[in-house]
Amino acid sequence: MGLTGPSGIGKSVLLKALADMLPHQGDIFLGDIESQTIAAQQWRRKVALLPAESQWWCETVGEHFPMFDDVLFAHLGFQKEVLDWQVSHLSSGEKQRLACIRLLMNQPEALLLDEPTANLDHGNRAQLELLIKDYQYEHQIPVIWISHDKEQLNRVCQQLLTLNNSHYEVSLIGPEPAEEDGVLV
Amino acid sequence: MIHLTPWDLVIASVMIILLAITSLLLQLNITKQLIIAAIRNVIQLLLIGYILKLIFNSNNLYFLASIATVMLLVAGFEINARQKYPLKRWIGFKIGTSALFISSFAMALLTLMVIVAPTPWYSPQYAIPLLGMLLGNTMNGISLGMDKLNQSVYQQRLVIEQRLMLGQTYQEAIQEIRAESIRTGMIPIINSMAIAGLVSLPGLMTGQILSGTPPVEAVKYQILIFFLIASGTGFGIMLAVWMIAKRMFDDRQRLNLDILRIKR
Repeated sequence: MGLTGPSGIGKSVLLKALADMLPHQGDIFLGDIESQTIAAQQWRRKVALLPAESQWWCETVGEHFPMFDDVLFAHLGFQKEVLDWQVSHLSSGEKQRLACIRLLMNQPEALLLDEPTANLDHGNRAQLELLIKDYQYEHQIPVIWISHDKEQLNRVCQQLLTLNNSHYEVSLIGPEPAEEDGVLV
Repeated sequence: MIHLTPWDLVIASVMIILLAITSLLLQLNITKQLIIAAIRNVIQLLLIGYILKLIFNSNNLYFLASIATVMLLVAGFEINARQKYPLKRWIGFKIGTSALFISSFAMALLTLMVIVAPTPWYSPQYAIPLLGMLLGNTMNGISLGMDKLNQSVYQQRLVIEQRLMLGQTYQEAIQEIRAESIRTGMIPIINSMAIAGLVSLPGLMTGQILSGTPPVEAVKYQILIFFLIASGTGFGIMLAVWMIAKRMFDDRQRLNLDILRIKR
């Protein structure tokens, strides 16, 4: 599902609330699990949020990864040496691709993407879209994708939720309609 | 013992005034604090001098307890002064005072009842200086640890949120900052233990020697005090840092900096 609308309307806030990172009203279900019925950290592993800008807290890339998954890394054009790279030397594209791998290694059951490709060039963007699509296809999970890029939304989404000041609307876009799968607000 | 005349103190205060003038000329923004601290120092010490005289003569447990309470409350309040990212007043006071109380009073009671064991155990001549040293040092440590914790968490709030988003518990997400804050708070006491005797002669020992105690006796007391202060300070800081870190997250492990007093 795509999520779009003017800046400041609350798209990011919505995703943060879905990941239980903000206090919120209402119940959030993933399948038949409600967010408050399991520990917050378990919920966030299942319902994974990828922010527009990733944060890193250790010196090297490898310290942020509990293990190495050569398939995932190779998918985005990295080899094992990347683990020894200094985080401070990464480009924004590399950072975002690595952040995506870091997130997928938790084996999430729903993905919340907050303008994941906003800072990426064309090549990086295509790679990231492909990775997400493959993961989604393989695990059959819901993905919510915030973007301002109409073309991108057309490529990656089957439904589009447009938020406006007064109302919201859901429309069908892309090649074929989606199956309902899990996330209800 | 050589008694000091008022003139001796005047000469020393001229030095402070010179320092104040210099820092004013250098625009260090510390002149006012320096002068206030110096004046407070004189008034408070003179007052306590007379109060101690009264207490020493009375040997009354309730009188001692009320003095100890005042010392504790003032120390608890002062912990939160001069912080860069202070906690909200009431929370800061509550956490600071309880950490101080648990660590300092436990150490003081251990000393008074088991180690030195004067008769009666609450003999003010021992109890008050001991508690004062414990509270003062622990207060310093907690204050430094708290400053580091609040500042680091505030500056690294995005990193902490990122770590939570990746499914870490709040304990994992704040672990390094918490350890670093405890370390920061403990540096001064570890330093002064390590250099004692080589670089500086510690205060208690100096005082005892000046008033005529044999040096080796003074040294034994000083070692005792160092160990008590170090353990009291260490446990006090751990307690305070753990309590604050816990309060920075809500029941769903979301970072919530409402406990900081920040102008938004």
